[in-house]
Amino acid sequence: MKLDIILAGVGGQGILSIAAIIGTAALKNGYYLKQAEVHGMSQRGGDVQSHLRISDKPIHSDLIPMGECDMILSVEPMESLRYLPYLSNKGWVVTNSKPFINIPNYPELDSVLAEIKKLKNNICINADDIAKEMGAARSMNMVMLGAAAASMDIKVEDLQDAIKEIFERKGEKIVEMNLNAFKKGLEFSKANK
Amino acid sequence: MKKLLLLGDEAFAQGALDAGISGAYGYPGTPSTEIIEYIQKNPLAKERNVHREWSANEKTAMETALGMSYAGKRAIVTMKHVGLNVAADPYVNSAFTGANGGLLVTVADDPSMHSSQNEQDSRFFAKFALLPALEPSNQQEAYDMAHYGLELSEKYALPVMIRFVTRLSHSRSGVARQEVKAENALKLPEDKNQFVLLPAIARRKFKTLLAKQADLEKESENSPFNQYIDGKDKSLGIIACGLAHNYLMENFTDKECSHPILKISQYPIPRKMVEKISMECDTLLVLEDGAPLVEEMLKGYLGNALKVKGRLDGTVPRDGELNPNSVAKALGFKETELLEIPEIVAPRPPALCVACPHIDSYNALNEALSTYEKGHVFADIGCYTLGFLPPYQAINSCVDMGASITMAKGAADAGLYPAVGVIGDSTFTHSGITGLLDCVNEKSNVVIIILDNHVAAMTGGQESSAFGRIEQICLGLGVEREHIRTVVPLKKNHEELVKVYREELAYNGVSVIVPRRECVQTMAKRNRSGRE
Repeated sequence: MKLDIILAGVGGQGILSIAAIIGTAALKNGYYLKQAEVHGMSQRGGDVQSHLRISDKPIHSDLIPMGECDMILSVEPMESLRYLPYLSNKGWVVTNSKPFINIPNYPELDSVLAEIKKLKNNICINADDIAKEMGAARSMNMVMLGAAAASMDIKVEDLQDAIKEIFERKGEKIVEMNLNAFKKGLEFSKANK
Repeated sequence: MKKLLLLGDEAFAQGALDAGISGAYGYPGTPSTEIIEYIQKNPLAKERNVHREWSANEKTAMETALGMSYAGKRAIVTMKHVGLNVAADPYVNSAFTGANGGLLVTVADDPSMHSSQNEQDSRFFAKFALLPALEPSNQQEAYDMAHYGLELSEKYALPVMIRFVTRLSHSRSGVARQEVKAENALKLPEDKNQFVLLPAIARRKFKTLLAKQADLEKESENSPFNQYIDGKDKSLGIIACGLAHNYLMENFTDKECSHPILKISQYPIPRKMVEKISMECDTLLVLEDGAPLVEEMLKGYLGNALKVKGRLDGTVPRDGELNPNSVAKALGFKETELLEIPEIVAPRPPALCVACPHIDSYNALNEALSTYEKGHVFADIGCYTLGFLPPYQAINSCVDMGASITMAKGAADAGLYPAVGVIGDSTFTHSGITGLLDCVNEKSNVVIIILDNHVAAMTGGQESSAFGRIEQICLGLGVEREHIRTVVPLKKNHEELVKVYREELAYNGVSVIVPRRECVQTMAKRNRSGRE
């Protein structure tokens, strides 16, 4: 078993909470894990990414080799394209379709979405709107994780357990909300895969 | 025992605590910051009251740690690579004094400059100072090397460098702990001369340091962190240092490497191992995540000693961090076809946060300076360096901690008017105070803007050593009371800010303006923790 994921987004969008949940689920299964993060200057609204590597064998590099990434999981559409050289020819791009525009030269959204649709394996989901409809705008990340779960070599139940574990201290209501967001994302993917 | 999931920085911090340190000293700097932050939150550190406050700068941190070592206790000092330039004086001299209690100088380099002004390789400093260095290649080694390094430090009575790079500092993996050791007792140095570097003593100390080198080489040859892995195909031997070893092995996950490999993670270079691989193999490939230190040593000045491939001949790029693909290319592996980044993808540089106080400070400064041509503003290291980018384009320099004030002075000395320095509160207490004293002593015609947001913001909001006392510090240095102006950088105060800037630009002498408003990130964090 080997699962290499690049988590992508903009500084402050909270991609690390997704990584923490996948990581927790992986460790429960006794897998090896390495996760490289971006700290410092880029966190101020710049592009950020995290390399999350999971395997049943010891992992050497903290960085995923280009051309070998199994999934780009992005919470922002343009950011999902920035890491394409890492994607393997069987890899998935799972991305939020809602843009985060903090630069003056952000490209036309339609052309960004068209580039994503060109990819062999893609799931493009408006996670912001889905989360908002549920009255849980801050659970956008969990909608994204759910959307990715359908193409990930980790059991859905393990991811759900990890969500419970991570959000436990914030109370039952928050756990429920995040589990529902996860479910919505998963359902979307199953219907659109 | 259950493994802990830790960043490289955190693994080292946990290792140092478990190895019985009594003090951690440092100044925040990416990618080293998380070492002390981890210790600040750690229950064992609290229980033992391990020293864990931030120092004013890396030099004071290094000297304080040396003082703790003098007193017989174990200490670590942490900094980013450019911080070692600041601490170079005590670091190099600490090789002459040596250590009493174990002392680790932990330096995190930033190849590829993810968050830095340059990408210098700290191993050169260790070689220059004739001190041993350890270079962890994974999180477990980062933990283990804290224990091992402190033992080594006490065995040879020398400080030991631990060299990190960004990709290890900020990457998480499982780490197993060792037994927790007790702290050292207070114990003064047996030799009363040890820490007195009078020339007559220093000359003796230098000979002692030189004499230790052979033993340090032997330590490297027997180190558990240096390994010689034999291979049948001797046409090529590979030397991989620190993290480079991971990138090498990543290319052999599904096959065995047929070439001999020498992994180096302890310095000075293990001479006998290097001799063995260079005698056995026709050509050497040297992989280092940083500058070509080992490669240069092997190649020699004329480059005809051995057939060596690496960064110097272009086999590996001369600058930037390594990665699995650059190493694959160096090994001559076939390149796989990769998807391209679509042309429409625009760069997304970091930016000042929404509602950041620096925005209001820069907007007012730009307006106050609008009657002059561009090129009068010397800035410094911090979030406010982002004022260089559009839409502000407000600053003209960013060199090193404190250089805003001194460069403004130098330009004023040359006749440039106006000459403006922009510096943050934490950077001011780090290295700006002495420069301002120079200005006061010569009544230089400068306007120094000290942006006080209460914290070192870029590195995540660590407490600034100024603690809101900027005005008192400036008064103490001799800045005239009526030319120390405090303002609140808010949009609604724009006209007032412009007026204050203009008045002080018109004054022929030293002016200090202190725009003071809390960092919005720190404020948000404070509000969140208040709610929980």
